[in-house]
Amino acid sequence: MNVKKQFKEGLITQNPVLVQLLGMCSTLAITTSIMNGLGMGVSVIIILTLSNIFIALLRKIIPNEVRIACFIIVIAGFVTCVQLLLKAFLPAIDKSLGVFIPLIVVNCIILGRAEAFASKNTVGASTLDGIFQGIGYTLVLLVMCFFRELFGAGKLLDIQIMPDSYVPIGVLTLPVGGFLCLGVLIAVMQWALARSEKKSAEKALKEKEAK
Amino acid sequence: MSITTLLAISLGAILTNNFIFAQFLGICPFLGVSKKIDTAVGMGAAVTFVMGLASAVCYGVNSLLKAADLEFMQTVAFILVIAALVQFVEMFLKRYVPTLYTALGVYLPLITTNCAVLGVALLNVQNDYNFIESVVYGITGGLGFLLAIFLFAAVREQLEFADNPKCFDGFPIALVTAGLIALAFMGFSGLQVW
Repeated sequence: MNVKKQFKEGLITQNPVLVQLLGMCSTLAITTSIMNGLGMGVSVIIILTLSNIFIALLRKIIPNEVRIACFIIVIAGFVTCVQLLLKAFLPAIDKSLGVFIPLIVVNCIILGRAEAFASKNTVGASTLDGIFQGIGYTLVLLVMCFFRELFGAGKLLDIQIMPDSYVPIGVLTLPVGGFLCLGVLIAVMQWALARSEKKSAEKALKEKEAK
Repeated sequence: MSITTLLAISLGAILTNNFIFAQFLGICPFLGVSKKIDTAVGMGAAVTFVMGLASAVCYGVNSLLKAADLEFMQTVAFILVIAALVQFVEMFLKRYVPTLYTALGVYLPLITTNCAVLGVALLNVQNDYNFIESVVYGITGGLGFLLAIFLFAAVREQLEFADNPKCFDGFPIALVTAGLIALAFMGFSGLQVW
């Protein structure tokens, strides 16, 4: 179990949205305000961690042929719990996220991690994986929300930030803005990853020459 | 219920409230299987079929749940029904249309986790649609998906040769393209049926 490596993978090098390109639907749809992003992100962290734990626990019992169906049932169970809790205690968030809360069931991040990680690793490692991947997802959501809310509506957390003379770029809060924003974010990520790879390659080359 | 309501539902599902461009449902297959027009259309057709079928079956399941006072089990019940349906479609295609089966590859079982399918089932309940309205919404929603993925694949085939900045290669430029198509689809939002 390598906490540091998992942390780095979840947040940067294997970021679920920007690198693995999973969970696009919710990322595009609900990132219009920080509150939405936070609600969605926290829900996903909870569900992802719990489902990872349970699938890791059950990984030796679940027969290989029907594993996807089993994963989906485990996930759907937790999603229903979170949905009912949100309805009871945070009805405002439940309302603004709408159909996207039950749709966490089909969020590819959760099924993807269950299949790629939790079904092959120990409970401890899977728990950490769930938390870090969830945080990686939430970070992307928050960055998207930040730009779309700040520039699209001139507000953050419903508080007016931009001066009154600022004309909001309304298109950012529309679906178009979601696509453009995520496209640019992934491009930045690809650029940064390529750069760091180049740097480490150069470093390795230099070390070789020095020897 | 009259013809005009059905027409309004269809128009909304195909153009003004397109599943991809306005509601962000089904983005994964939309981006994943849109590199070639043939496979994109095959995927769109399969999704349309599953969406229509799922709307019909989930309507029945939902009335059963309502009768048993188990409405909170909706999500779990729906996803099970959809998983079974997709399995059925997969077996059917493998037996009768093997070319399409191989072309769709891993994305076929992934229709299960296509949010458009579960989304349509949940939206039907949310909008209180009756049986016919649900089925019409499912099928036209699928047609909207088909239209979107077809248009997108047609643009994306040309994109292969585009000279974009290197860091935009692959997904980012595809997303930007999708954004521009979404912008075009916004032009439909004023369209109404009286």
